[in-house]
Amino acid sequence: MEKQDLIAKINSALATEFEVDESVITPEANIKETLSLDSLSLVDLVALIESEFGIKIQGAEMVKIQTFAALYDFVYDKVR
Amino acid sequence: MGIYSCLGNTLEEVRDSLYNGKSGIIFDPARKEMGFRSALTAKVLEPDLKKELPRSQRVFMPEQAKYAYCATRDALRNAGIDQDYLNRNEVGLLYGNDSSTVPVVNAVDVMREKKDTTLCGSGAIFQSMNSTVTMNLGCIFKLKGINLTVSAACASGSHAIGLGALLIQNGLQEMVVCGGAQEVNPYSVGSFDGISAFSTRENEPEKASRPFDRDRDGLVPGGGAATVILESYESAVRRGAPIIAEVLGYGFSGNGDHISSPNVDGPSRSLEMAIRRAGISKSDIGYINAHATSTHVGDTNEAKAIFNVFGEKSVEVTSTKSQTGHEMWMAGASEVIYSILMMKNDFIAANLNFENPDEDSARLLIPGKRVEKHFDIFLSNSFGFGGTNSTLVIKNL
Repeated sequence: MEKQDLIAKINSALATEFEVDESVITPEANIKETLSLDSLSLVDLVALIESEFGIKIQGAEMVKIQTFAALYDFVYDKVR
Repeated sequence: MGIYSCLGNTLEEVRDSLYNGKSGIIFDPARKEMGFRSALTAKVLEPDLKKELPRSQRVFMPEQAKYAYCATRDALRNAGIDQDYLNRNEVGLLYGNDSSTVPVVNAVDVMREKKDTTLCGSGAIFQSMNSTVTMNLGCIFKLKGINLTVSAACASGSHAIGLGALLIQNGLQEMVVCGGAQEVNPYSVGSFDGISAFSTRENEPEKASRPFDRDRDGLVPGGGAATVILESYESAVRRGAPIIAEVLGYGFSGNGDHISSPNVDGPSRSLEMAIRRAGISKSDIGYINAHATSTHVGDTNEAKAIFNVFGEKSVEVTSTKSQTGHEMWMAGASEVIYSILMMKNDFIAANLNFENPDEDSARLLIPGKRVEKHFDIFLSNSFGFGGTNSTLVIKNL
């Protein structure tokens, strides 16, 4: 999967799940603030990404992912 | 009062459905494909709350919590209670609920298939607990008094109201949100179908629920949610609240007997206790809303209990389950609302499908057609598996 396609897929899935306009999702934006996530709903983000891309995200890995750009890079590395 | 029922989602709709003898029962083909012995059910559509509640609240709500939210939102509005009042006062919450099947099934499916518990999602644990309704309502409406789920099988909603009244009578709460909720989905009643408890009159869905009728062959599962706001009289007067009715008496008992077959002695004691605590004579009661679910042994034994307490044909007895099916955890609360709607509008809804009595129901006054009648006090029975009995006596105000 090309990275742009992967980014589009992630953005679309997150916007639908967390009920935000896709335009608010920008690479440097903070994930938790943009999607209004707390510790519980962060679980739903992890579950969503795991389901969409068939990967496993460890808790320690997720802690380091603060921005959407970091999420795109992480998922891209995992699926490659 | 507020209600979300197969007879309507507003008090006016439900009143009209009761008056016109509308049945809420349908045949659900999906259940047949799932191997159900009976595909009959009440029809209740899940509300879309997307425009009303944020995802961060909806994610914790199984279907019955959504029904309970709608009923409670409307009940609070009808009682003239806004969020500011709830923020400033310790309002309690006692709600009947005794299952939450779909979230459990979904989570177990994920665990078995994916071997990854994260994929169950954040809402699964909160949706799957029996107390899901009270935990959701308590957080959404920011209720600060007692917060407790009443799990007493098909008497849950009735006990919730009775216990709420006791808390208020004892000065422990000034206001308690009480009610009952029941999920309406195949998984939640599949095992109930499996013990041959349901009517198989599938070719005539509206005739399937026939409490007290000689040819009844089982119950029809239903559901939704019903909420009443209980409040001390002083508080209600102080607030200028629209006072509807008074909980005069709450009776309860345990059969201490068989897990599914009700007996006569237990319900009789519950009836007697409610009347005794109400401080009225039996002749003051103008209507009895029976538990009668349309099962052979249940209706027979309740008819015997009512006959033992009230004698022969002394007061009208009907079961609104002839219209709604058995609303189970919700039934005790919804049937109080049905009865109040009848009391406020001077009629007793027909006990649908009561065509021929059996030996026991012949001794009761059971109208198969609507009766135009004024009454100011009614009695409502609710009995549950394990032999838990609850009886409420309610007075018009």
